[in-house]
Amino acid sequence: MFEILSELEFEPFLLSFKLAAITTLILFVISVPLAWYLSQTSSKMKPFWESLTALPIVLPPSVLGFYILVALSQNSPIGVFFEEVFGIKLVFNFTGLVVASCFYSLPFMVQPLQGGFESINKNMLEASYIAGKSKLETIIKVALPNIKPALMTAIIVTFAHTVGEFGVVLMVGGSIPEETKVASVAIYEFVEVMDYTKAHIYSAIMVILSFLVLLSVYIFNGKQKKIGF
Amino acid sequence: MIKIDINKKLHGANGEMYLDVNLEIREGEFVALAGQSGSGKTTLLRILAGLEDAEGTIQIADEIWLDEKKVLAPQKRGIGFVFQDYALFANMSVLENLLFVKKDKDLAQHLLEMTELSELKNRMPNTLSGGQKQRVSLCRAMMNRPKLLLMDEPLSALDPTMRTKLQNEILSLHKEFGTTTIMVSHDPSEIYRLANRVVVLNLGKITNDATPKEVLLKTKGSQKFSFEGELLDIVKVDVIYIAIISIGQQLVEIVVSDEEIKNLSIGQSVSVSTKAFTPMIHGLIN
Repeated sequence: MFEILSELEFEPFLLSFKLAAITTLILFVISVPLAWYLSQTSSKMKPFWESLTALPIVLPPSVLGFYILVALSQNSPIGVFFEEVFGIKLVFNFTGLVVASCFYSLPFMVQPLQGGFESINKNMLEASYIAGKSKLETIIKVALPNIKPALMTAIIVTFAHTVGEFGVVLMVGGSIPEETKVASVAIYEFVEVMDYTKAHIYSAIMVILSFLVLLSVYIFNGKQKKIGF
Repeated sequence: MIKIDINKKLHGANGEMYLDVNLEIREGEFVALAGQSGSGKTTLLRILAGLEDAEGTIQIADEIWLDEKKVLAPQKRGIGFVFQDYALFANMSVLENLLFVKKDKDLAQHLLEMTELSELKNRMPNTLSGGQKQRVSLCRAMMNRPKLLLMDEPLSALDPTMRTKLQNEILSLHKEFGTTTIMVSHDPSEIYRLANRVVVLNLGKITNDATPKEVLLKTKGSQKFSFEGELLDIVKVDVIYIAIISIGQQLVEIVVSDEEIKNLSIGQSVSVSTKAFTPMIHGLIN
């Protein structure tokens, strides 16, 4: 047993967590203003933007992966631009995975934040404006601290969802060891070559980690409710 | 001097109506804004705060808050606003709520002492009672020494004892800071105690603008007293009739004659008044 464990490579897990951490960070920065806009606007365009951000939930990952691949490949204008200006390729490497993951996990960050912002007593925000505080200061000092459970849910679920993605990663990144071979892809390959022992161990690790993450969210949010947030 | 001349189309419960208000308020005045719900009182307050837009002009001293060319943001108006539901920052302690508006510890201490909140300064808002929350909200509104204090039914969610206590505190704050104040209120005793002017709004228009005494006192001519109430029932007892009337929170019985009951119907608004000994009862036109 221990022999098998010591032979096991943990690189795919590290890669998964690195990808998830970077994706979560980028999405947080993008999603706070986006979710704020969606929660406050009464524009007729709101359903349009809401549908667009929710699209990755319903689309098959292969569809999303295919379009991202087409859009970012070296034959596309975006791909050419990044290659020529920054000298970076956006597909079949880690950068491409981050870009793809940001699209794929966007709704999991935006939706809890939007729900949280919408649940805030509007008068509380107005009291902050009347006190002379800008929108940005109100979001940072009043809105975000008052939606801690939603904030926690958004961050953790985005992280967990990115760790768990498979289809998009495979389409955009392939399976290059130490570059794009994340845990879910590694399990797929073990099954393909019928190495069920390693597939079992990897899968069990994923199940346990995912469960612990979710458990911590629910415990945290339960405590927050008791405090009265 | 505050000059308000605004209009705005409102979609009220009774269909569309126009809020059309032309008002001048002197510095230091305490104005009560009264009128039925849906008459545009809260909207007027929100327009003054810059939380809703409107057409027209608002000018306070030499500063223009609203005209055709510009709308001054609520952040730049330097006002205080007390919400009916307190709207305290739930993530900050009592003291932090005050200091968030302005980092003036001395003023915060002073306000908390005036409202007997000093001992609660480190408590979080959700551990406070309604009356305590509204006092914090009042202190918070005073923290930037506002040119104009707006209060939207600040005491309507509180019990009568707490109301009286807070009325006293509002009064002493008004005396000390001399802030021009506009308060939405339905409570005649509150208006009488606090305000020196009452503006009555009905369907978006000002229908009455005078001192509380002129607006609120209902006695006419030689009447000793006069109450408005609702006629609940007329009961025949032996040869006389007794009218049961609800006035405020109380029910009263009044003896009425055969002649009088002919002009009365149950459920009607009535005025009960007396000149000498026997109270008289008159139906009111709704």
